[in-house]
Amino acid sequence: MVLTPRFLPCGDSALTVEFGSAIDPDLNGKVLALDALLRASPPAGLIETVPTYRSLTLQFDPTVTDYDALTRLLEGASNGLQPENATGTRWRVPVVYGGEFGIDLEDVAERHGLTPSQLVEIHASAVYRIYMIGFLPGFAYLGGLDPRIATSRRTQPRLKVPSGSIMIGGEQAGIVPMEMPSGWHLLGRTPVLSYAPERDPVFLFAAGDEIVFEPIDAARWTTLERAALAGEPVAERVRA
Amino acid sequence: MTNLVVKNCGPMTSLQDWGRIGYQRFGVSPSGAMDRRCLAMANALVGNAPEVAAIEFMNLGGSFTCEGGDLHVALVGAGCTATLNDSPAAANTTIVLKDGDTLQVGHARTGTFAYLAVAGGFRIEPQLGSLSFHPRSRLGGLNNAPLKAGDRLPCRQDAPQGAPMHLPVEPPGEQGPIRVIMGPQDDYFTPEAIDTFLSAEFTISPQADRMGFQLNGPQLHHAKGFNIVSDGIVDGHIQVPGSGLPIVLMRDRQTAGGYPKIATIISADLGRFAQMRPGAPVRFRAVSRDEAVAAARQMKEWMAELPSALVPLRFDLTTEHLLSTNLIGGMVDALAPKAPDHTT
Repeated sequence: MVLTPRFLPCGDSALTVEFGSAIDPDLNGKVLALDALLRASPPAGLIETVPTYRSLTLQFDPTVTDYDALTRLLEGASNGLQPENATGTRWRVPVVYGGEFGIDLEDVAERHGLTPSQLVEIHASAVYRIYMIGFLPGFAYLGGLDPRIATSRRTQPRLKVPSGSIMIGGEQAGIVPMEMPSGWHLLGRTPVLSYAPERDPVFLFAAGDEIVFEPIDAARWTTLERAALAGEPVAERVRA
Repeated sequence: MTNLVVKNCGPMTSLQDWGRIGYQRFGVSPSGAMDRRCLAMANALVGNAPEVAAIEFMNLGGSFTCEGGDLHVALVGAGCTATLNDSPAAANTTIVLKDGDTLQVGHARTGTFAYLAVAGGFRIEPQLGSLSFHPRSRLGGLNNAPLKAGDRLPCRQDAPQGAPMHLPVEPPGEQGPIRVIMGPQDDYFTPEAIDTFLSAEFTISPQADRMGFQLNGPQLHHAKGFNIVSDGIVDGHIQVPGSGLPIVLMRDRQTAGGYPKIATIISADLGRFAQMRPGAPVRFRAVSRDEAVAAARQMKEWMAELPSALVPLRFDLTTEHLLSTNLIGGMVDALAPKAPDHTT
């Protein structure tokens, strides 16, 4: 399939390369492949690239390079671009489901005519792809939610959901890096901190990584939370 | 070691430099100075590179004491005035602080953001490459917080270097409508909405902060709905949510968003826009990429030439002289060397 990207001007110092308008692993794979290519050999004047679901935004110094030079280069680079699929790290993320850790679990299960444990089973058996990181530092937008448990957002967003919340909203899933407002449903909570400014590495997850969830017993929470706060990743790398 | 000690300051006072570059892919906003022109001027007056972190004031000023040594500082922006131990001290000049001196920075009078730069910058460890404070990321500043009474800001320089200077320049750029490049999602709007955007007068709403400036004015109607799959955001993007009222996204913005962006303010006009106060009228004018790049080039050259535009503050020019020449409180300059008069 020949895929011609669209180039969208973002002022004089940025442009967005758009591969499509859907949330789709192949489109996202193209975005990440182009991102990797540009990072491996950055053209003069390129300052920063920001991959999102279906497009890549480039920030550049307009006094060094320009829109025309960059789009010519990007047109060439986009030809024959192979989607970069599932080449990132796969992380196993421990989750305590339900109860005080996931206050919406029972309600969401009931909506879908499932028992809470059936819902957990469905949620924890999928492999999720991190399409992008955004909204907040370390907030991972996950695709791969089983359509059977897709759940439209709450009509009334909560002003605060706790750090580590494992949420679903529509057909998306997410891991909350820090306390934030959200209208998504809370199924559980992980002690993993995807963003910790004092830790090395500061960020655990990157766009293109994969996530699998491992249900754990609430009794393990305190130990794992302490480890995470002490700077351990707690999430396990199951494929580098 | 010389410290600048905060006695008091407004709640939105923070350290800002050129911003945090390279971490938007992890959801970290670039942040950085809202008006780079004024930051660059303040830094030039104390011999710093344009991007060195300074104290950014939003509307309100503050009071500082110099502790442990002498220090050169400079205040630029928003028509702020200052007093040194209760005597007037001029903006747009190098202010010499002696150990124990108190500098009082007044509130903004003609804009919103002002900068107090210190010679040599602050001896504070950058986080992810920057000292810029960003609240949501808990990064930057002193201890990841806005400045507050009691903070001790350690300075890199223990003894002032160079002579006090005066910077008799004004930022380049026109005073007319704010210039924009249309897009990235101008195709999400009706032709009438585009016409309205480029012809109507908007006003800056009171909801204006480092994240974004909400505008009041006519509604802009979407032709294709107001939800897009979230994509990248840049400084100066003008997004239009369901309300039809535009929001200009500023330095502390999020890194991605799901509302269509009708246009983007050009980089050369972003500082001028940031200084507009709530209630101020604003119009937009679409320009070509060539015009925007020419303006960006002009701004870059202007910044590069700031050090050579410095004029020594002569010792006989006391504060009273400066006041009497109406220097304080604006960019107006009565001290600049006069061009030779060829008419006589």
